[in-house]
Amino acid sequence: MMYRSLFPRDVLAELNRLQREMQQGFHLSPNIRGIARGGFPAMNVGGTPQSVDIYAFAPGVDPATLDVQIEKGVLTVAGERKLEQPGEDATVHIDERFAGRFRRVVTLPDDVDPSAVDAKYRDGVLRISIGRKQSAQPRRITIE
Amino acid sequence: MSDNSPVTKQATGEEAALLPPVDVIEDASGITLYADLAGVPKDKLHLQVEADTLTIEGEIDLEMPEGIEASHSEVSVSRYRRVFTLSKELDATRVGAEFKNGVLKLSIPKAEHAQPRKVEIKVV
Repeated sequence: MMYRSLFPRDVLAELNRLQREMQQGFHLSPNIRGIARGGFPAMNVGGTPQSVDIYAFAPGVDPATLDVQIEKGVLTVAGERKLEQPGEDATVHIDERFAGRFRRVVTLPDDVDPSAVDAKYRDGVLRISIGRKQSAQPRRITIE
Repeated sequence: MSDNSPVTKQATGEEAALLPPVDVIEDASGITLYADLAGVPKDKLHLQVEADTLTIEGEIDLEMPEGIEASHSEVSVSRYRRVFTLSKELDATRVGAEFKNGVLKLSIPKAEHAQPRKVEIKVV
């Protein structure tokens, strides 16, 4: 599910995806889990000296079905997106939106504090903010 | 990284924009369009019907801590834009729009008499 194309019926898009994955294989990746682009939900990760912030673009997901876990320095976001089923006499002209179960994994830096987590779902974006350990925060050292 | 974005970008001749994924379903009463516009608050979603062109535009507005530095970004453009051409039998004056949790649902009924008109759609 990580590599689901937006246009699964489009052969050219599939070839394009394969090509991208091949190219990624030749590049140095900082993460053993790779960069699953094209997955659902799309993710942005950023940080400040106080926190690590993960934004998962998961529109139309019931927040109650979202499962966020931190275990051994790995953050997992899982859930299911159910779409309205078209009626029997309906014709589907375009079908690009993701449907079904999803699961994405992010490796966290060593200095995060798994007990200081805050998760919010707003406008279809799940924001997870994880505090960094006090001891890891920058301190000013006075020079005598 | 632009060609690796999960959402394809559409060259509009203006600034770069994300092409939101959509589902378009037609039944006897009309067309229903769903568009994924994650991160767009209601006041930054703009819908417009002009002649037979439907334009969906939205600006992503995320709450971000001060001084944040991105380490990995799959959504690197903060604007969505997608344009559709409506066919004549659709009544663009009676488009219904719902926007919830980043998903836009547009209901475009079929017209009894096709009459081209310019309309501004306000999201309720």
